[in-house]
Amino acid sequence: MNTVSEIEKRSPEPSPEMARGRVSQFARRYAMQIGIVLVGVLIWLLFLIGSPKTFLSFPIYAAYMSTTPFFALMALPLTLVIITGEIDLSFPSIMAFGMTIYALVLVSTGSHILAFIACLIAGLAAGLINGAIVVHIGIPSLVATIGTQFFWRGVVLVITGGNGTGLTSAIGGILHTGLVGRVFGLIPAQMIWTIVVAAVVWFFLNRHRFGAHIYLSGDNVESARLMGVNVSRVKMLVFAIMGVAAAFAGVVVSLEVLYFWPTLGEGYMLSTLSSVFLGGTSVFGGTGTVFGTLVASFIIGAINAGIVAAGLTGFWTQLIYGLIIVMSVSLQTILSRRLR
Amino acid sequence: MEYLLQMINISKTFGEVQSLRNVNFEVGYNEVVGLLGDNGAGKSTLVKIITGYHRPDPGGQILWKGQPVDVMTVAKARELGIEVVYQERALADQQSLWRNIFMGRELCNRLGVLDVEKMRRETARLMQSHMGFTSKAITPDSTVKTMSGGERQGVAIVRALYFQAELIILDEPTMGLSLSETRKALDFVNGIKEAGKSAIFIDHNIFHVYPVADRIVVLDRGQVKGQFLKDQITLDDLIAKLQHVAQTGRLD
Repeated sequence: MNTVSEIEKRSPEPSPEMARGRVSQFARRYAMQIGIVLVGVLIWLLFLIGSPKTFLSFPIYAAYMSTTPFFALMALPLTLVIITGEIDLSFPSIMAFGMTIYALVLVSTGSHILAFIACLIAGLAAGLINGAIVVHIGIPSLVATIGTQFFWRGVVLVITGGNGTGLTSAIGGILHTGLVGRVFGLIPAQMIWTIVVAAVVWFFLNRHRFGAHIYLSGDNVESARLMGVNVSRVKMLVFAIMGVAAAFAGVVVSLEVLYFWPTLGEGYMLSTLSSVFLGGTSVFGGTGTVFGTLVASFIIGAINAGIVAAGLTGFWTQLIYGLIIVMSVSLQTILSRRLR
Repeated sequence: MEYLLQMINISKTFGEVQSLRNVNFEVGYNEVVGLLGDNGAGKSTLVKIITGYHRPDPGGQILWKGQPVDVMTVAKARELGIEVVYQERALADQQSLWRNIFMGRELCNRLGVLDVEKMRRETARLMQSHMGFTSKAITPDSTVKTMSGGERQGVAIVRALYFQAELIILDEPTMGLSLSETRKALDFVNGIKEAGKSAIFIDHNIFHVYPVADRIVVLDRGQVKGQFLKDQITLDDLIAKLQHVAQTGRLD
């Protein structure tokens, strides 16, 4: 009797325990990602309850897919910068600087393709300058990029004299269709680009030596150097990528509205930064995920439209913005302390 | 006589502080050299010159197997087969165990694409065979910050071992370790000798250095103050000499 009951008790036990172990291991490893998805679903449900008619029809999602990429395209590479323990605050001005070069080349050659290439090169140059100031002169990136933010905005205003440039000639061209056209007449092309950029950034961060060195440089710069990681090159590269991405996003925004405003970029600073932090990337560097940033940027994008659609006035936007960001980031910090 | 590593007339100045002055230092084939000295004697600086992290002041020379090395860089040192277990352990706390083991020389193809599975597998193998991790709670994906001082030292030592070094430098490997963990670290130094490799064992605790070293070099205030073959000096004599050096800066 005794032995039988013992065996019965013993044999079925390990499997649920092991399964629980595997589940908890999975939960630990992906706690941040699971958390951010839950926050996203929760917010979506709130909007759905608040305004079912709007949120059960396609147009609101088409609107998200058209406007969220404007800053998601920058939040993804900015994640890399922040994982290395640096920050870039100059990207809104680099958007405008890139488009200024675009406008200059467009006016002199009439080619949108050439203008686009010149714009990306301008973004690359601006990014490399950020990198050089941080890496070679040794100024903290927070200070350095506040400086370049003003500088590039100043360059834009001096060159343009504050005047914008119409881009209606781009309609029907390959660049316009390719960047901001509607795939199958429904899905904005910039949404596809955002997914592609996310996939590429994910690959390099998680499956490439470059990404491994990004994490190591941000986690412990001294260890990384001792073990032969070229930290300077890693940081130069992430700033360069950020510059190109800002210029690219500038083109996407301008082509969508078919006009280049010299104030381009203002207003994207906070939504881009908060996407990265809401996505679980640590401001201290060393940790962060592409998936978190991608989901978080859609949460940030949804809040704005969602609040109005749910019947609240626009005055509520910032209040709820702030609440969600502070609450989620606090939650993440508590979670990561518990789970380690 | 040819040495594995020979350093001739090496000096290093940081700003106004001269941390090493005309140091001559060598390591023979299959020799364990104990490097003793107080804090600030220049032990870590010497190590970081050997590993290419610091450049020595002009005028000195480094020979590896009798051949001069023009510029020692971290990459060059590794290529030659010099591995270090740093005092700071040189780990990245928030990263997984496998990322720490392969830090700075990830297994990847020519395009730089990582072989994540192989690194995980190798880490799991090393954990069982060398690190003595028996707890199921630690996997190749565990982050290093969850580990104890001894476990972290194990990671740093196994990392050096994995990459087939000819000269392994241990910079205060017993710092912050419990008694049994210290025992393990010292066993590891004996293991290096038995495997026919060379080692530099740096510590300020003579009781750890004496039993495992073939030769002991005393560094004080940036200069080599003396060297002793272990079979020519007793532990008591050595202690007396070290105390004298610490007080007067001279050996006799």
